Amino acid sequence: MSTQMVREEVVFKRPAPLSETVTHYCPGCTHGIIHRLVAEVLDELGVAGNTIGVAPVGCSVFAYNYFNVDFAEAAHGRATAMATGIKRAQPDKIVFTYQGDGDLAAIGTGETVHVAARGENITVVFVNNAIYGMTGGQMAPTTLPGMVSTSSQNGRDVELQGYPLRMSEMLATLTGSAYVVRRSVHDIANIRKTKKALTTAFKVQMQGLGFSMIEILSTCPTNWGLPAADALKFIEQKMVPYYPLGDYKIMDAVKSLVVH
Amino acid sequence: MAKELWKGNEAIAEASVRAGCEAYFGYPITPQTELLEYMSRRMPELGRAFVQAESELAAINMVYGAACTGARAMTSSSSPGISLMQEGLSYIAGSEVPAVLVDVMRVGPGLGNIQPSQGDYNQLVKFGGHGDFKAICLAPSTIQEAIDLTVLAFDLAEKYRTLAYLVTDGALGQMMEPAELPPMRPLAKQRPGWALTGADRRPKNIITSIYLDPEQMEQLNLRLQAKLNVIRQNEVRWKEFMTEDAELLLIAYGTMGRVCYTAMKQARAEGIKVGLLRPITLWPFPDARIAELADQVHGILTVEMSAGQMVEDVKLAVEGRCPVQFYGRMGGIVPLPDEVMKVIHEMNDELITTGPREEMAVA
Repeated sequence: MSTQMVREEVVFKRPAPLSETVTHYCPGCTHGIIHRLVAEVLDELGVAGNTIGVAPVGCSVFAYNYFNVDFAEAAHGRATAMATGIKRAQPDKIVFTYQGDGDLAAIGTGETVHVAARGENITVVFVNNAIYGMTGGQMAPTTLPGMVSTSSQNGRDVELQGYPLRMSEMLATLTGSAYVVRRSVHDIANIRKTKKALTTAFKVQMQGLGFSMIEILSTCPTNWGLPAADALKFIEQKMVPYYPLGDYKIMDAVKSLVVH
Repeated sequence: MAKELWKGNEAIAEASVRAGCEAYFGYPITPQTELLEYMSRRMPELGRAFVQAESELAAINMVYGAACTGARAMTSSSSPGISLMQEGLSYIAGSEVPAVLVDVMRVGPGLGNIQPSQGDYNQLVKFGGHGDFKAICLAPSTIQEAIDLTVLAFDLAEKYRTLAYLVTDGALGQMMEPAELPPMRPLAKQRPGWALTGADRRPKNIITSIYLDPEQMEQLNLRLQAKLNVIRQNEVRWKEFMTEDAELLLIAYGTMGRVCYTAMKQARAEGIKVGLLRPITLWPFPDARIAELADQVHGILTVEMSAGQMVEDVKLAVEGRCPVQFYGRMGGIVPLPDEVMKVIHEMNDELITTGPREEMAVA
């Protein structure tokens, strides 16, 4: 019997910017999906070798272990200030931050507003799961009214604890914001849309058009106390109504870059 | 280059530029705002980075970011702003990236006022950021010295991948003196190998200060301490005046160094054998030299614009060899030579009455 050589054609594989490292994230956590999307986009745009990432304090504090890209570790909330310093010192590099809701919308609110106000040419990947994951499930600035957390044990009481922040809507009001959108990763269709938004955002930076942010509604099954599949449903049923998906700011100059 | 009349804050700014500062991030705060304003015009002129940040908190983190790329980065502030920056300084220290900080000290605690002070000695010299660390602290006494030490700050920060602080006060920041600036240095063409420049054709660089494994973290700390020991061995700086036959020693830095220099001359004119040791590096502190002099003199007087912060380091260095006295003013009042003279007289009178202390019997 003769043997035939069969040529394999690789049609799908791990993108090079994603490390061959097992992540520490919980089962059902959407960080894994988002990391992969960012890696795919950097790969497809051919910019990974020219990119510097800034990791936050939060569950993704070790993001730098999962990307084959130069990375810096920021103090809590300060990633966008650090990114500003990096970009101003090396304007030809692609600079992005990867931040959770505590990092970006609590302790880092000042830095977040001003990086957009300055129209800083960086990209912010904002992972919003409405809770503090790393520290064990406390209330976040994006925790929904009535949502139970370890520091809102009877559910978030808006009388005492105020209402959650809608960061995309807020940053969209700033002239410096070039591309501010909210997406989700709770199902395949939305994962695809998130990837397109990430591609657009990095293109905005490559063209030097200003500040870009993709807010991505994400899960935290562990601290929500939900099984993984139910956590995805929670995004769809509870988070999306409060945080509508959509495009909040697309500067005119950006319109032609949008990946549809 | 000829001498020109320069205001302290602006001289430090231009000296930074000449030293090759590539990125300045700051926030307005009296009495150092002129430094920021000067840089806002000068840095863009040279195509270098300048951002007036939204706070000192943001500014120090921008410095941290720029420093991670291997750029010569700096910020300047005054006491309340320095307090805000301590977190960022700790991160910079733990990540071993070089950075320069200028503190133009004002009165505290709290909002205080905008008058000169030396009340940040502890937060600068003892390292006000969390964790075990020490920044190189350079204390100029004149505007010329401020210029020279600014250049040195950048060089030492880069040489050791550490923090270098220029410790000044509102008086130095605001005064004008003739001084000479060094020629403009060309910017470095290459970034260091550890810098974040894009992992193109090389393994990625990670700059971080977190190591969850205690053994790893201890290794980092041991490495930092070893580095600090090398700096201790090699970078101590001070100036001394009339110490060869001194019976009383003044120890003061910065603006107080100038006041004590005048007091020393006045005392000498009256026949009192006073000398002055003016530390230039507050860290590493010239403890060995002070210990030597403590064996020779009959008393030491430390003069500071504070409740007494450097005096503790003097006492540690002296280790009881001779009495150490302190004189200081707070609130922004600058002690004048006459006040120092009064204390010198008191110390001298005491010396005449009680006699010099007994020499230790040598077995």
